[in-house]
Amino acid sequence: MEWFVAKVFAKYNYWISILIMLIGFYAIIAKENLIKKIIGLNIFQTAIFLFFISLGAVKGGTAPIVSEEMVKKGYPYVNPLPHVLILTAIVVSVATTAVALSLIIRMYRQYGTIEEGEIIEKLKEEGIEVK
Amino acid sequence: MLSPVEHFPLLVVVLSLFSAFSIFLAGWVNRRSCVFISIGTLIVQFSMAIAILHRVLTKGPIRYRLGGWVPPWGIEYVMDAFNGYILVVLLFLATVCAIYSKRNIEHELPEKRASFHTIYQLLITGLCGITVTGDIFNMYVFIEITSLSAYALIASRGKIALKASFTYLVLGSIGACFFLLGIGFLYAVTGSLNMEDLSLLLPPFYGSRAVRAALVFFLVGLSIKMALFPLHTWLPDAHAFAPSEVSAMLSGIIIEVSTYAFLRVAFSVFTVDFFKGLPVFEIVSWVSAGAILFGSIWAMAQTNLKRMLAYSSVANMGYIMLAVGLATTATRPPWGGLTPAAMHILNHALMKGCLFLIAGAYIYKGNLWEIRDLQGWGRRMPYTSAAFVIAALSMIGVPPSVGFVSKLYIILASLETKQFVFVGVLLLSSLLNLIYFWRVIELLYMKVHEGEHGHVVAVPREEVPWSMLLPILILSSLCILVGLLWLTKIPIPILDEVNAMFRLTGGR
Repeated sequence: MEWFVAKVFAKYNYWISILIMLIGFYAIIAKENLIKKIIGLNIFQTAIFLFFISLGAVKGGTAPIVSEEMVKKGYPYVNPLPHVLILTAIVVSVATTAVALSLIIRMYRQYGTIEEGEIIEKLKEEGIEVK
Repeated sequence: MLSPVEHFPLLVVVLSLFSAFSIFLAGWVNRRSCVFISIGTLIVQFSMAIAILHRVLTKGPIRYRLGGWVPPWGIEYVMDAFNGYILVVLLFLATVCAIYSKRNIEHELPEKRASFHTIYQLLITGLCGITVTGDIFNMYVFIEITSLSAYALIASRGKIALKASFTYLVLGSIGACFFLLGIGFLYAVTGSLNMEDLSLLLPPFYGSRAVRAALVFFLVGLSIKMALFPLHTWLPDAHAFAPSEVSAMLSGIIIEVSTYAFLRVAFSVFTVDFFKGLPVFEIVSWVSAGAILFGSIWAMAQTNLKRMLAYSSVANMGYIMLAVGLATTATRPPWGGLTPAAMHILNHALMKGCLFLIAGAYIYKGNLWEIRDLQGWGRRMPYTSAAFVIAALSMIGVPPSVGFVSKLYIILASLETKQFVFVGVLLLSSLLNLIYFWRVIELLYMKVHEGEHGHVVAVPREEVPWSMLLPILILSSLCILVGLLWLTKIPIPILDEVNAMFRLTGGR
């Protein structure tokens, strides 16, 4: 029990981000629908963002804008760097999603479906083997 | 006051970013001008890269502080012998491919010329960025810039390329996420993102599980990006169905730059001391041996020329990573340390770049995708086919070509470490290379084009335009010339400096 408290409850933020990551992974692997795959990818990325944000968290910490009052009273403040990193990573993830969705739109125009299995079958009809 | 050369690391990156936007604007006014802006920028960048390499070799590393902020808080660009060398290789192939793309893109994507060259420049921005940066998070951002532009370029031909690009996008994003997670672990342990600072802060934590997990995430994430077997599944389709100059860049440069990213993280951040007692490089070399064999065997089974070349790239990534795997145990110069790996990065860029451009030439002339369609084309396109023979012989490893030199050095390194299995793997793969390239050469030349009544018909010569032929001929002649250059050992001091920097040879 002690082990459980020390390893799981005390570090619940990491466990939650691992859980979310696995949910995302599951969606990427198991879903046939391409848009659902991209949603899975987004969930996967979000899990990593949450992991970073929770790294920077400080108990009772306030926004990292240092004022004279803060310095005098010695208020703790959260580490701003992971937030900045994740802001960049979010932009990257939005760009990835945009490219992915535009690919899906073009595939839909080409094949009339966004189910992976059906697209592969249509490619087979054209005589192209796809893994 | 910094000398002009010391500004080049940043300028190399910014120039192509700037050129990407000017190409986009120029595309509205005059679509013909786009390719010239692209080629012009690349030539300037290539000269800068040579200046950087010269300066690095004569006066030591360049450190450029962005905005004048002092590291570890500010971002720092560091140029040393290793990334100077990679930068020269990457900009050389990029310039050659840009020249080639002038006619090929006019032919394949006439409506999308401006956007093609814009995205091509963004790709170069990302690649240069990965190479010059000394900050690990900055590297992640540039890896994503590279990958995003690569997805778009692969998809530009439409149809099946869309599916290939989508698969690459999903796997590539997972790879990049793993890289980001690795950064998170290192940041949690040390609180720094600057590579040099990390290497100073990490030693007390070498036994820590978080640091080891970080290495695993970097290795797996970048293995997806560099298509190391068995994570290569995205590669064959993506490389086969992209426009040919993009295939050449993908196979010749993009996966190699991912290898560079791994080497930079492994030897600059974790350093060679971290790996003592850890079987990381042994695992890498056995996996690579698998990559060499399976890549070659699958290449034999292909009927599509570009897909065959793509599987051969899987095998060649195996060569590079096998050389990396031996880097920490083989220490005797001239083959010790990273020399064979860095050597094969250049050699593979030349050979595979050349072969993909030739495959593109056949597609340009006769829409020839399948190997069996090539029958008799050796006489119709004599120069291109001669170049194909040179590059193919070079892949097989006929002396004094570049392929021979890399194989020789890797074999010498495996002999030094007494890993005779790898010698066998390399020789076997040369044999397999011979089988699958000979098939193509035989079809090109040996079987005479037969006329209706069994007469030999005089075949008309139809070569590709000179702006496509010139890059092919340059690359194929370099396959031999660079091979001779390696054999004279003139460029070896560059790589010796890399090894000394990473403490892989000497000083022990």
